[in-house]
Amino acid sequence: MAASTSQPTGLLIIGASQSGVQLAVSLRALGFEEPITLLGEENHRPYQRPALSKEWLQGEVGNESLIFRSNEYWAEHHVTLVKGERILRIANNRDGSGVAVAESGAEFPFKRLALTVGARARKLAVDGADLTGVVYLRNADDALALKALVGDATDVVVIGGGFIGLEAASSLKKMGKNVVVLEHGPRLVGRAVGEETADYFLEAHRARGLDIRLDARISRFIPESTPDGGKAVAAVELAAGEVLPAQIVLVGIGVIPNTELAEQMGLAVDNGIVVDAHALASDGSTVAVGDCANMPNPVPGSPAGERIRLESVNNAIEHAKVAAYSLMGRREEYAGIPWFWSNQADLKLQIAGLSMGFDQTVVRRDDERGKFSVLYYRGGRIIAADCVNAPLDFMAVKNALAKGQNIPADAAGDPTVQLKSLAG
Amino acid sequence: MTTTVHYTDAEGTVREIEGRPGDSVMETAVRNGVPGIVAECGGSLSCATCHVFVREDCLDKLPPMEPMEDEMLYGTAVDREENSRLSCQLKLTDGMDLYVTTPETQV
Repeated sequence: MAASTSQPTGLLIIGASQSGVQLAVSLRALGFEEPITLLGEENHRPYQRPALSKEWLQGEVGNESLIFRSNEYWAEHHVTLVKGERILRIANNRDGSGVAVAESGAEFPFKRLALTVGARARKLAVDGADLTGVVYLRNADDALALKALVGDATDVVVIGGGFIGLEAASSLKKMGKNVVVLEHGPRLVGRAVGEETADYFLEAHRARGLDIRLDARISRFIPESTPDGGKAVAAVELAAGEVLPAQIVLVGIGVIPNTELAEQMGLAVDNGIVVDAHALASDGSTVAVGDCANMPNPVPGSPAGERIRLESVNNAIEHAKVAAYSLMGRREEYAGIPWFWSNQADLKLQIAGLSMGFDQTVVRRDDERGKFSVLYYRGGRIIAADCVNAPLDFMAVKNALAKGQNIPADAAGDPTVQLKSLAG
Repeated sequence: MTTTVHYTDAEGTVREIEGRPGDSVMETAVRNGVPGIVAECGGSLSCATCHVFVREDCLDKLPPMEPMEDEMLYGTAVDREENSRLSCQLKLTDGMDLYVTTPETQV
């Protein structure tokens, strides 16, 4: 289709989750005066996702607690919220302007475009994966579907021993369900933490009575007929022959960045939308932010040319701030040290920094107080830490990294010594 | 009864926000765009970016500190004081009239 010939104004932000919300908020804080449209495909006001697998699933917090900003806030800051519009096509001009066309036929012209389109749950290809009761946990509708099933279910199989799987498994176990976690790989949380942390989580979850199977191979989901004539999952059959009853199968096997719109626009894409250090895509005008963006490693001192795509709240926020400066015509560096968290039962994991490329680890373990940390080093310098129920360690490492300080490895293994006192 | 939180920022600007019982001091601030409280983790006690100083005469209206909050407060961007709390842990009760000051920075 032909792009609009009229003079469009304003910024269109496609994706109304953590990074899109932060971008709008940061732009207004910086004095951006043009119209902002914050568009999302879900039929919900912009909301926070982390609690969906934890506090919200367990009923500890209600829907309203997840809402980012009041309606009054958006109105006062002249941000137009658009819900329930799924963009299918973007006609973009050389100057960065264009028109986004939704599935409904609605058109959204823009002068500048921000893609905060996130990622979607990777689907499991198994016989029976389309049965009722097989669910994912990425967005609010997924969470509502899961919650609707929880009341009648006694048995849950969670597929995937990553953060989402382990958080949800811990929540569902606390809610009285029989839960089995099936992990395809040889250890838990394969991508995000090192071996020592993975082993600790396996030991800790098993000690708390969670049934975890590593190297699990699934042959199929066994169906049963429902009263309304449909088919629902009744069990999971493993390749080894074992049959695990399951009225709910929750699949958490990672996400795929949503790059289709960027590809269609002709933007460079490689495991996410390729952006420079200022969140600008290859056309030099569109910004791409958060889970969908592949960016230069933002940690000071990281190897030149190293690129990374981060899936985290902290990155969505910090990357959005960089993009907001870009849209204001300023070039600011990514601030702060990437960090991550995951709460599983009474295990509170906090990760500071990025451990990729580490060549040494130091374990700090205090079983009496239930604290456990792994420090990661590259060439003798600390680059990251996984900390379980050890916020002082987490804070010490995060602050040391932010200040460019080291925590010498030879002294760090004694859990009675405060890491803060070693930083320098 | 009205439930009110008075947020004073590091420069002395005061914002009075009517809160809802059951919400936290952090949620009330963030939802209404009160600057000075970041709350990256959304209230799960993981980030220590919702640090506030509570006016001394309001401290006893608040729930006691759990060990995790206490430890997290040692990692705040602006050093903790006697009256420091993480505002995600401060739930409003009906009729509460609470005065807090936000630090110069949270990160």
